[in-house]
Amino acid sequence: MNTANDATEQPMVRFDGVTKSYGALTVLDDLRLDIGRGEKVAIIGPSGSGKTTVLRMLMTLERINDGVIWVDGEPMTHMEKGGRLVPADPRHLRRVRAKVGMVFQHFNLFPHMTALGNCIEAPITVLGLSRREAEERAAELLDLVGLADKKEHYPAQLSGGQQQRVAIARALAMRPKVMLFDEVTSALDPELCGEVLQVIRKLGSEHDLTMLMVTHQMGFAKEFADRVCFFYQGKICEQGNPQDMFAAPQNERTRQFLRAVMDSV
Amino acid sequence: MGLYSLSAMLLAAVVAIAIMAVSETFAIFVPGLLQGAWLTLQIALLGCVLAVTMAVLAALARLYGPLPLRWLANTYVEVFRGTSALVQLFWLFFVLPHFGLTLEPFTVAVVGLGLNVGAYGAEVVRGAILGIVPGQWEATVALNMTRWQALRRVILPQAFVAMIPPWGNLFIELLKSTALVSLITLGDLAFRAQQMNQTTMKTIPIFTLVLLMYLVMSLAITICMRLLERRATRGLARGRSA
Amino acid sequence: MWDWEYAISIMPALGKAALVTIQATGIGFLLALVLGLILALLRMSGPRMGWAVSALIEFIRSTPLLIQIFFLYFVFPSFGIVLDAFTAGVIALGLHYGCYCAEVYRAGLEAVPRGQWEASIALNLGTYATFKDVILPQAIPPIVPALGNYLVALFKETPLLSAIAVLELMQTAKMMGSETFRYTEPMTLVGIIFLLMSLVSAAGIRWLERRLNRRSAR
Ligand SMILES: Nc1ncnc2c1ncn2[C@@H]1O[C@H](COP(=O)(O)OP(=O)(O)O)[C@@H](O)[C@H]1O
Ligand SMILES: [Mg+2]
Repeated sequence: MNTANDATEQPMVRFDGVTKSYGALTVLDDLRLDIGRGEKVAIIGPSGSGKTTVLRMLMTLERINDGVIWVDGEPMTHMEKGGRLVPADPRHLRRVRAKVGMVFQHFNLFPHMTALGNCIEAPITVLGLSRREAEERAAELLDLVGLADKKEHYPAQLSGGQQQRVAIARALAMRPKVMLFDEVTSALDPELCGEVLQVIRKLGSEHDLTMLMVTHQMGFAKEFADRVCFFYQGKICEQGNPQDMFAAPQNERTRQFLRAVMDSV
Repeated sequence: MGLYSLSAMLLAAVVAIAIMAVSETFAIFVPGLLQGAWLTLQIALLGCVLAVTMAVLAALARLYGPLPLRWLANTYVEVFRGTSALVQLFWLFFVLPHFGLTLEPFTVAVVGLGLNVGAYGAEVVRGAILGIVPGQWEATVALNMTRWQALRRVILPQAFVAMIPPWGNLFIELLKSTALVSLITLGDLAFRAQQMNQTTMKTIPIFTLVLLMYLVMSLAITICMRLLERRATRGLARGRSA
Repeated sequence: MWDWEYAISIMPALGKAALVTIQATGIGFLLALVLGLILALLRMSGPRMGWAVSALIEFIRSTPLLIQIFFLYFVFPSFGIVLDAFTAGVIALGLHYGCYCAEVYRAGLEAVPRGQWEASIALNLGTYATFKDVILPQAIPPIVPALGNYLVALFKETPLLSAIAVLELMQTAKMMGSETFRYTEPMTLVGIIFLLMSLVSAAGIRWLERRLNRRSAR
């Protein structure tokens, strides 16, 4: 069905009527969102509005209740069988998931492995790289995030900012097409945020990665993102390019939220 | 007790045994008791190997196995924790032959004690795995690892550290319960002690020696586990945790 | 394989033996509770005494209960005190588990904040009154489940008394087996009795734990 030409025109990620609920609580309601290839999208919104859930669904950390998530032109949460879409089996899930990587708010580094160990573990066990190849790749990435000299350090011996940069290198080592960042600076002391954001900036300019990031740093969102989505109670309330949206938000809720955030800074 | 106090006790116990080995009242008992201690040690070591194996298998089956396997593992753990070690040994020794399966006493000892301690160990392993924060699992999903890869490379190595102290206690329990095998005709340390006691009625010297020998073995286990724990914790560099 | 008639015929005798087992458990544990508290207090009473008591506890916990039972049973007569098997066995059980209980008490006592002692001094309460009315009532409830676990553990070790011919469950079953050459029914029944009692007491401890948690959460 898909010609090669089609594929490049399709969005990198598509949420197609995705619904997620915990029991009676509907966290995301009929979400429709397309993200283009190489696009950088910032997700903002008040706490509990479902931002993290969007990323976790895309990382297959949460099951969805309705709708389909597409990645790189093929369904991820579902697979085609006899011309119909049926829920994906683990094999399909794993194959498509390989295109997505994620960086967590609390780093989630493996504490029993060094920085280098963290970065070569999955390339060796999952991608089947040789140890030498994996180490070369990891060294390059640790260099990219400015930690070439911390290879042999354990996570507990690194500052929060350094740990988060290792986590970014670790995710990149799997060569994902889509990177998800969930409030990656929220757990850091303010003076350490800069070094992490700097790395993300560099990634944005040097790589054709598609990026989705949940952030509370409006300044960074404004300067970095191609598009900003404002979530409110499980729905996209307003979206647009950052200059317009921050300068003149159309929705009353957006206005309120932006005012509250700006005041607190 | 601290590592130094334990080591001091171990040293004192070893010295005491050595002195007794050359003293008049005690010397005649030492060779026989040492032979018994050797059998005790063999049963304890093999029992430990079986216990750890069973514990890991049962814990994994309970956590991730398909339903029938989960039930089987649950039953194993409940039955072996719920009845007493001596009942299990006697059952294997006296009842199993009626079902056409006669095992050597040595096999009964290793299997019985190994299965018994393994059931307690299963809870230790399960608890340690469940104690790993969800974020670690989530990271393995984000890195596209399979569940088995995640367990083997990420979860179990971390759970291992938390398991060391409780396993130390279980190994001691196992060593102590080897004394029960004297009741199914095996010539272990406890058996020899009782035999000598019956023939010579020199209760105090015999049992003093025997208690000291058990103490030495227990302390050796405790000290080894403490050292292991120290090393493993250092590997995690916990001390400088952010 | 399994003879129901025989199984039923031995049940009354096993029931009677179960009473002995329960008796041994009850008295042994009571002894353990008292000894444990004494050991815990001695241990906290000063550095030198503390070390000696710690070493004693370590020693008793590091050596098999079975040997300790034999030791008490055979040693007392050489001092001119003749203990019957039941008494010697129960003392050994109480002593052994008293050492485990001592650790539990210590944890409970150390968990009571220092401020409680200081407040009592400020109120001019005596040491004994402080301990009895202020410290213990706070230290005990949180450790009840841990003590309960040792009660169950002690119960499961009572079959060791069969080694000095106390007529508890195991010894009774063994004698039945050697009389009739049928071990299957008595041994299996003993196993089932133990399993049932353990399951019931484990459920009891969980219930107690929940109740205590609720109370302390309030
Ligand atoms: N595992 C869960 N069980 C129940 N409710 C959850 C769970 N995870 C998240 N939620 C709820 O879903 C809503 C959205 O959460 P989240 O996506 O984390 O919000 P955000 O990241 O925007 O702060 C919240 O109301 C939260 O309480
Ligand atoms: Mg969030």
